[in-house]
Amino acid sequence: MAQVSSIANEQTSTPLSSSTSITLRISRFNPEHDESSGFMEFSVPVQKWTTVLEAILEVKKHFDHSVAVRYSCRQATCGSCGMIINGKPRLACFTKISELNSNVVTVEPMNNFPVIRDLAVKFEKLFDSHQKIKPFLIRDDTELESDEKEFLQSPEEVEQYIQFANCIKCGLCNSACPTMATDSSFVGPQALAQAYRYVADTRDKGKDSRLKIIDDSHGIWRCHFAGSCSQVCPKGVDPAMGIQLLRGYLLGFRS
Amino acid sequence: MRESTIMKIHYGTALAAVALVAVHILMRLTMNFAESLEYENVLANYKFIPYAAMLELILILLSVHGFNGLRVILLELKQGRMYEKAVSYGCLAGMIGLIAYGSRTIIMTNMGMV
Repeated sequence: MAQVSSIANEQTSTPLSSSTSITLRISRFNPEHDESSGFMEFSVPVQKWTTVLEAILEVKKHFDHSVAVRYSCRQATCGSCGMIINGKPRLACFTKISELNSNVVTVEPMNNFPVIRDLAVKFEKLFDSHQKIKPFLIRDDTELESDEKEFLQSPEEVEQYIQFANCIKCGLCNSACPTMATDSSFVGPQALAQAYRYVADTRDKGKDSRLKIIDDSHGIWRCHFAGSCSQVCPKGVDPAMGIQLLRGYLLGFRS
Repeated sequence: MRESTIMKIHYGTALAAVALVAVHILMRLTMNFAESLEYENVLANYKFIPYAAMLELILILLSVHGFNGLRVILLELKQGRMYEKAVSYGCLAGMIGLIAYGSRTIIMTNMGMV
């Protein structure tokens, strides 16, 4: 039992005996009480391998437990800990403080999302948009026969969409998108990239219905190809390219 | 009309306008620039039917492209059902108004009414 407890301690805390420390500036805002956001500064000991998330959890553990932050897997898989770190949308668990090359690390909630509190934002619109584009394979033969085999694809066919299947719905692309900043109805790069992921899948038969959904006055045509969505994706997805390829279908260049 | 159809028209009018405006600029170079803007020369351009037709076409292409561009900008600035309807119909009305006014000028000059 004592061993389990010590392992848990090890997982949740960076050792305080570190030789270097940085200033962590955390944006604090509670929409229920505050009129505007402010920053609180904490001096946090760090190691070469300390991530921004670990530094925030260090603050929660030793200085101020009321700091609101969403996190789960700590390995860039769940997409929960997206935030603006030193001005750029990143995953806190995937960003080492040493790679920021700064003694001051500023963390803020993601742009283009309503703030719940401090660093935690509402994901409802992201998930609604994602759901809207029907993120599943659509086929006429919904019930598989007992003697039917799996749907085989060639490596070339998989290559068409596989990078887009890496999306973890962290929302960093939507946070970086300049159109999302002004157009609250815009479907967003995350949903558009996922629309391409299924349209390009040879097993899928729902291309027409998906293209109809995104062919809207706040759909795919509002993308200005700034490319910031692709720059910030922690999983190497290129939503900007997906959007351009998707436009090819609507303009008749692809079928 | 579906947004993809509108955007196809948007891109098409842009490409066609670039080609025709290039011809229009080249026509200005057939004489001294200041001379080309003299009253008689401008009237002569309008009275030359192929050139007047090209000016009419440029007017239509740029009005369609420009007002749709304005619609897109305004839709991105603010959202709301009533606002979006007002912007769309307002831009359509503006486009028709500008084409009508420009066409009136071209036709009246071509027919010698000016």
